[in-house]
Amino acid sequence: MTVDTDSAGAPRKGAPARPPLPGGRFTGDGSIGGRLLKIALLGLFTALGVWAVLPLYVAGNWWGIGLVVAVVALVYWVYLSGRTVPAKYLLPGVLFLTAFQILPVLYTMSTSVTNLSDGHRGDKEQAIAAIEAFSVTRDPDSPEYVLTVATTGDPATGELAFLLTDGRGNAHVGTDEGLHDLPRAEIDPSSGKVTEAFGYTILTPTEVNARSDELQEFAVPTDSGAGIRSSGLSSAFEGSATRVYDEDCDCVTDTESGVVYHADDERGAFYSEEGQRLAQGWQVGVGLDNFGRFLLNPTFASSFFSILLWNIAFAASVTFLVFVVGLAVALTLHVPRLRGKTFYRILVVLPYAMSSLAMYLLWRDMFNTDFGLFNRMLGLQVDWLGDAWSARTAVILANVWLGYPYMFLVATGALQAIPRELGQAAQIDGAGPWQAFRHVTLPLLMVAMTPILIATFAFNFNNFNAVWLISRGGPFSPENPTAGATDLLITYTYRLAFNEATAQYGYAAALSVMIFLIVSVISVVSLSRSKALQEVDR
Amino acid sequence: MRFRSAPAATGIAAIVLMATACGGGGGDEGGETAAEDTLVIWSDPERADAIQGAAEEFAEANGITVDVQGLAFDDIQGDLLNAHQAGNAPDVFIGAHDWTGNLVRNGAVQPVELPEDRAAGVEETALEALSFDGRLFGVPYSQENIFLMRNTELVPDAPETFEELVEIGTELKEEGETSEVLAMAVGQEGEPFRMNALFTSAGGYLFGQDDTGTWDPSDLGVGSDESIAAMEKIAEYGEAGEGVLRRSIDTENDAVLFYEEDAPFFIAGPWNIGDANESGVDYGISPIPGFEEGGPASPYIGYHAFFVTEGSSNSALAQEFVTNYVTDPDFILSLYEADPRTPVQTEALESVSADDPNIAAIAEAGADGMPMPSIPEMGETWEPLGQAQAQALAGEDVREAMEAAHNTIAEQIGG
Repeated sequence: MTVDTDSAGAPRKGAPARPPLPGGRFTGDGSIGGRLLKIALLGLFTALGVWAVLPLYVAGNWWGIGLVVAVVALVYWVYLSGRTVPAKYLLPGVLFLTAFQILPVLYTMSTSVTNLSDGHRGDKEQAIAAIEAFSVTRDPDSPEYVLTVATTGDPATGELAFLLTDGRGNAHVGTDEGLHDLPRAEIDPSSGKVTEAFGYTILTPTEVNARSDELQEFAVPTDSGAGIRSSGLSSAFEGSATRVYDEDCDCVTDTESGVVYHADDERGAFYSEEGQRLAQGWQVGVGLDNFGRFLLNPTFASSFFSILLWNIAFAASVTFLVFVVGLAVALTLHVPRLRGKTFYRILVVLPYAMSSLAMYLLWRDMFNTDFGLFNRMLGLQVDWLGDAWSARTAVILANVWLGYPYMFLVATGALQAIPRELGQAAQIDGAGPWQAFRHVTLPLLMVAMTPILIATFAFNFNNFNAVWLISRGGPFSPENPTAGATDLLITYTYRLAFNEATAQYGYAAALSVMIFLIVSVISVVSLSRSKALQEVDR
Repeated sequence: MRFRSAPAATGIAAIVLMATACGGGGGDEGGETAAEDTLVIWSDPERADAIQGAAEEFAEANGITVDVQGLAFDDIQGDLLNAHQAGNAPDVFIGAHDWTGNLVRNGAVQPVELPEDRAAGVEETALEALSFDGRLFGVPYSQENIFLMRNTELVPDAPETFEELVEIGTELKEEGETSEVLAMAVGQEGEPFRMNALFTSAGGYLFGQDDTGTWDPSDLGVGSDESIAAMEKIAEYGEAGEGVLRRSIDTENDAVLFYEEDAPFFIAGPWNIGDANESGVDYGISPIPGFEEGGPASPYIGYHAFFVTEGSSNSALAQEFVTNYVTDPDFILSLYEADPRTPVQTEALESVSADDPNIAAIAEAGADGMPMPSIPEMGETWEPLGQAQAQALAGEDVREAMEAAHNTIAEQIGG
């Protein structure tokens, strides 16, 4: 049949001819269109590869380039060779799974054993560079200059020279050798900038800008030991770095106060004898400290486990309630004689069709004590989101409303797949409607519903929006301002990691790994149980 | 058999196609070298067009292009830190002064040296607010502070004290003119930013200050007796007391209460002016009144500033832009026209105040204000303090709430 199977080795003598492969005309040379499509897609993929390699090349990341080349080569091999028919179907999924599931998990795990956080984002060299650069202070009473950047050679590479005009209108030239007078320079009277000087080429703003990195390092040495540095294109000041790094002692010395800060490679910052640290630190590995922090610290541990308990209760009760409500509505609308069924179904599905973000915010406003719909309509004075249990009820209520249409849709589909004869047969055998439902319909329904219920549970376990947009995890008790009554692990993590001034990625990653493990265990256990359920039914 | 080599042909065709596509892109690469002379600025979308327009002159004078990219203001700090780490940060960005400490400790911004004549034109407190360890890290251009907005039809004269405000508001409520005394956002989690005026007037403090005004993070005042007494005083107006300050009023509904004339007073910010004009309510602006026997009420002052990213490949131009251009009155005035914020450049402020009485009134309301502390530790205070304040207003034990918040903050900033 197709050339691909043909080239994959002609059927051996005596072996039956292979059946046609699925996939229609895309599998082989079926049509010229299919081939062109293949060329276009492969070309697109290669282009994607090249696009990914360029920045990696610039950054000198050879491992990354090797990986990209390997992936592109793999794709070519799979789609051009004839031996790899199953791989053609599996490869895209596997690639996406790796890129969007496995890599993030691995990255999160690797982050969880570091102290990556604000003040510890970069490496040690960056921290030292920042400490030195940020300590350049303008010397008091030092003169201020109007700056013109020039060069003695080529504008792009020639040695830099600062043509400086002081407050009295005298011109000087500063190079890396020092400051000298500059006679016979023409100065623009309004701006004070040197417009022409013999032997120097004045750089245009874009030419100066192209050498920004050089300029940042460049300082004209002066007698006092300080340096004249540029500030923008047209001014210069005299200043000196007050903090200097010394490689020998691996320490930073503050020349003004005389305090010495020693590098602490375990904590990733420079500390003085008195325990004062310099603000700029770097990222270091901290082992399992991040995990230990919430498992061993009594406050964190008690927050963690009480939140875990509520988290499971939340996910379980939402899943149970959406299932019950969704199924009840589905059963009601399953009655064959009912008229206007489509209309009702559209009505029921409406909450599902609206933006859940907007709905959550709407629900939050409806729970407002003084101005909310609930209290006004019912004449109540319930502090819905201010009391732990009413806030929990509110969050669950809003989620059931938003979640049941989905369950209704699935249940309706599953119900329609169950032959009505089974129910009728049960009735003939003398079963009441409840018995027929309980022993015939429900078990059949569960085969289709169980995986959905597990997915709903896993989704609600990490349902960030549901809690964050309604109660933001609150209310908080005065004893513990970090863990609120409706906090899920994910909102708790978010608050700790991102919502404070100090983003603590390492710690948040450790919490995420814990959540990942918990959800994995729950999912694996329930999936294996559901398999058992199906086998029983068969 | 002529299809034998078909896979190879397909592969070659794909590579050729890719190569031609890249060949076509060659023109773009030429554009990339030109892109080196593009100054990229991050701003919030509201001001992006104004900055783009105002920077045109700078671009022309220096033979470059300026590209202003709009991001939600609250996202700028986080996105910038991530982009800086990844090496694709903008050259210049707009930010709030209280980010300074965090930006500096992450090494994400460059120090800026203002020439003396430029520095002299800018309010000194604004420059101090943008300094860290004695070095200036951003060039301030506008300031904002909250103030009291009142419905002048119901209340012709501004109240002098908070007690007077409550008295007037309660009277109006009893007469049935309004249903609320004051629209001041508290919310379930508290609003320490708005509460600061009353909190300072009643004697509370967050961090100690030394003689030069430098904040001292080791002197945390949240759980101090002064702060607890201050919150106890404020709680008298809470849900268990007069019912003026309630958690059910939050940032979602506070403005509406005022615009619909349900509340005669409103703790508002400059961001409310536009809507207030549209609502048709006759309003007046005055300072937030302090307590009768308390100190002056100090609302937080926030400065917006332009920062230069550390490691920017256009740092010379970026530095030139912030030192000599952002401090220029003409630039500030053209920004003001697009987005009216109180300038901190003295000359621009004078010219603006002459035309717009609101600006003068807002500046006056901020006269007793204090710049929000820009030390990184400040960020750790918002949530715990807000919760404690909300609990105090809800009628919980004030001391317990404030001390718990104090411990939480101390634990966070100690670590």
